[in-house]
Amino acid sequence: MHTIRVIPCLDVDNGRVVKGVNFVDLVDAGDPVEIAAAYDMEGADEVVFLDITASSDGRKTAVELARAVAAKLFIPFTVGGGIRTVEDFRNILREGADKVAVNSAAIRNPDLISEAAAKFGSQCVVVAIDARRCEADYKGPAEDIAPDNNTPRAADTKGGWTIYLNGGRVDTGIDAVEWAKAAERLGAGEILLTSMDKDGTKSGFDNELTRAVADSVGIPVIASGGAGSLEHFASGVKEGHADAVLAASLFHFKELEINEVKRYMQSEGIEVRL
Amino acid sequence: MIAIIDYDAGNIRSVEKALESLGAEYRLTRDCAEIAGADKVILPGVGAFGDAMKRLNEYGLVDVIHRVVDRGTPFLGICLGLQVMFERSEESPGVKGLSLLPGEVVRFSGSDGLKVPQIGWNSLSVKSGSRLLKGVYSGSFVYFVHSYYVNAADKNDVIATATYGETADVAVEHGNLFGCQFHPEKSSCIGIKILNNFVNL
Repeated sequence: MHTIRVIPCLDVDNGRVVKGVNFVDLVDAGDPVEIAAAYDMEGADEVVFLDITASSDGRKTAVELARAVAAKLFIPFTVGGGIRTVEDFRNILREGADKVAVNSAAIRNPDLISEAAAKFGSQCVVVAIDARRCEADYKGPAEDIAPDNNTPRAADTKGGWTIYLNGGRVDTGIDAVEWAKAAERLGAGEILLTSMDKDGTKSGFDNELTRAVADSVGIPVIASGGAGSLEHFASGVKEGHADAVLAASLFHFKELEINEVKRYMQSEGIEVRL
Repeated sequence: MIAIIDYDAGNIRSVEKALESLGAEYRLTRDCAEIAGADKVILPGVGAFGDAMKRLNEYGLVDVIHRVVDRGTPFLGICLGLQVMFERSEESPGVKGLSLLPGEVVRFSGSDGLKVPQIGWNSLSVKSGSRLLKGVYSGSFVYFVHSYYVNAADKNDVIATATYGETADVAVEHGNLFGCQFHPEKSSCIGIKILNNFVNL
């Protein structure tokens, strides 16, 4: 039975769990290992850890995080944040992580995806994408920072989405759907798709974005950003065509429990592990 | 002491940590004397069938594996470690497996639009009376990452199956010989229970 996964995400800064609303205003709230173990008990199918500041600050705390988590957590987990090289992949996987998520570094150097996939297998390469919807008058990024001329541009696709670098700070002008397809071609095993418009709003996933990506690739897509109610999780699957649904603060502050979400999804006819 | 056979078979840190959490004493080793002297032996594995057999041969581990199995030392193969317990695999034609049990390893067809490899949680159909799966019931979910699966020649050796398009033999037990295709070290409390069953044999 193929099940839809429910994934709590922990944003980690200096070994402590934090959660931003629209990527700012961080609130310190706990030990990642203990929280992840509690999520396992609540029925989490996997856990994603994002070392949120590493990408901008150049810190490499992700390896230590993986080591601490692997000692106590016996479900699959992904570590992302600050990953730049194949060596980073190796170091994190060696500590017991199942997957590594890359974001900015894969945009700057797409070969990182293919090299990591060739060395460690596609199943452990997650490409994280931070996307924001283009306004009707979107003309491209303020500064053209795309790595090469082959990367798919979004300036002409009004109503589409572009992807952002450095934790959502810098618009690349690259089209999100095209980038997801490129990532799959390069060997990504999964897409972790965050809507920056929806993140922190609790108004539901951007199902249009999720569906646009999920219907364009043959690899699983994790919907992220915006979940605020039980209905949002079900619609992320039914309308967004997501293979997995992810939330952070909602689970973190116990507004909803993972078991509760999974039971609701099951009542909506979605197969889950219960 | 449990010997985890060290043959560069991918990431096994989680197996070690799971054993630690159970308070089990283990050693990661490719020393034949140490493996021969162990109370129990675990053969982990991630990667390709042919590469795994090549390394087991290169490190001179095939003989010692047969020796401990013949002697009745409890032996557990995990993931690819289960697959190489059989005679051959479609993944590496012409490569001889350890042949501890009769049967072969075949590839998922990927019918019904199912993605290969299977990555994720799947539910077990459990045959009762198994020592490895004591307290584990049909419908329990465990975590899989694989493209190939075991088709045992003697179904009496099979203690659990899981369906992913085809029905795969995902756990085996024959005397003190055990194997599971899924990753118990990644299968939450069910997986830890299975490892605990092995540790406490």
